[in-house]
Amino acid sequence: MLAIDKDTFEPEVLESDKHVLVDFWSEGCEPCKALMPEIQDLETTYGESIKFVKMDTTKARRLAIKEKVLGLPTIAIYKDGKKVDELTKEDATKSNVEAMIKKYI
Amino acid sequence: MSKIYDLIIIGAGPAGLSAGLYGARGKLDTLIIEKDRTGGQIATTEEVANYPGSIPDASGPSLIARMVEQVEEFGAQRVKDSITSFDFSGKVKILNGEKEQYQAKAVIVATGASPRKLDIPGEKELTGKGVSYCATCDADFFTDMQVFVVGGGDSAVEEAMYLTKFAEKVTIVHRRDELSAAKSIQEKAFQNPKIDFMWDTVVTEIKGDGIVESCVFKNIKTGELHEYFADEEMGTFGIFVFTGYIPQTEIFKGTLDMNPVGYFMADTLMKTNIDGVFVAGDCREKLLRQVVTATADGAIAAIMAEKYIDHNFSE
Repeated sequence: MLAIDKDTFEPEVLESDKHVLVDFWSEGCEPCKALMPEIQDLETTYGESIKFVKMDTTKARRLAIKEKVLGLPTIAIYKDGKKVDELTKEDATKSNVEAMIKKYI
Repeated sequence: MSKIYDLIIIGAGPAGLSAGLYGARGKLDTLIIEKDRTGGQIATTEEVANYPGSIPDASGPSLIARMVEQVEEFGAQRVKDSITSFDFSGKVKILNGEKEQYQAKAVIVATGASPRKLDIPGEKELTGKGVSYCATCDADFFTDMQVFVVGGGDSAVEEAMYLTKFAEKVTIVHRRDELSAAKSIQEKAFQNPKIDFMWDTVVTEIKGDGIVESCVFKNIKTGELHEYFADEEMGTFGIFVFTGYIPQTEIFKGTLDMNPVGYFMADTLMKTNIDGVFVAGDCREKLLRQVVTATADGAIAAIMAEKYIDHNFSE
C-alpha cells in the first residue's frame, strides 16, 4: 500500500481520477495494525480498480481532522476530491470494507 | 466432517491465551478461535503495570505478544473466525463459525467483555468523529484540545491520565459524587493539574455535523442541563467513554447459565451447567476483572478440561 502524508494527500487522493481507498492509521493504534494486513489482502484483489493508500494520522493530524477523521481505524473511499464513504472503529472490518469497495467498482 | 480437537477455546485475550498455554502444554490438541484482534481489551491498553512480571515493558500489546509466543511454542493453534452458533447437546461439542465448523471434546468460552456505550442520541453517528472508546487509538487527535472522559472507575481515571499527555484539559464526568477507581489511581488523578471533575453529571446528547461540536450535560441532583460547545478555533473536542463493560455472551443465552446482566455463572473450577463446557475471564461473574484473574481462570479451565477429557474420552 502506498504511504502518503499531508503533502501528498492532495495529488494522490484528491486529484486521483480513480476511486481511492485511504487507510487512516497510527503506530499507537493496535486495531489499525491488526486490520492493515487484511486491507492489504483486499488491495491484492481489488487494487486494479481502486487505488489503495495509507496515511499515518500522527503526522497529518490537522488534515485528518479537516477530513472529519477523529477516530482510528478509519477506512474511507474518495472520488473526485471528496470523501464518498467510510467505515470507522468496530465497523471497519474486512468484510464491511470489502462490501464498501464493491459499491464503487 | 471436520477434525475433532481435544480443546477449543473461544477468545484470545489473556484468559483464552492462558487456557491455550495450559491446554497445549498438557498435550491437548488445542485450537484458539478469535473473531477480532488477539489480546482482547488489553491489546489497546497502554500500561499494564499490575500484572506480575509485566514490567519493564508493560504495554498491553507487548504483554500479549509474549503470551502469544508462549502459547505457540507449546503448539496451540490459532484461527481467526467468529462463532455464530453452536451445538453443545452431544458428547462432541460443535461450534459454527462464519468460515468453518469446528468440533471439540471440550470447550472453554473466554469471550470477554466489551466497552459499554452511553446509548444516547448522537453517540453512534459521532463515534470516530470525537466520540471514542480507545484512548491509545485516538488521543493524538485531541492534542491541545478539551477532552471529556465519561466514567469514574479504574479505566476511566487511568485513561484520563493518559489523555492529559495530549489534551489541554481533561474533565472527568461522573454520575456520582466520588470516584469508584482504586484509591492509588484516584490520588494520582487528584494531583494532576490537567484533570478536572464534573460530579453528579451525565451526558444526555452529543451533537455535531459530521464531527462533535457540542454535548449536553445533565446534573442528576439538580436536573439542570448545560450545553458545552467546542471553542471556535479548534471546532471540536473529545468525548471518551469508559463506563464499564458488557459481557460478550449473547449467543449462549438460554444454554449456559448467566446472571441477570449476562455474566456466566460458573463455580471456582470454571465449570458451567453443561459438562465439558468451561468459562474463563471477564465474561464470567466474579469480583475482580484483571489480567491476572483472567489468566488464572484460563489455567483452571484448561486443567479441568483436561481432567474432563481424560475421564470421558479415554478408551
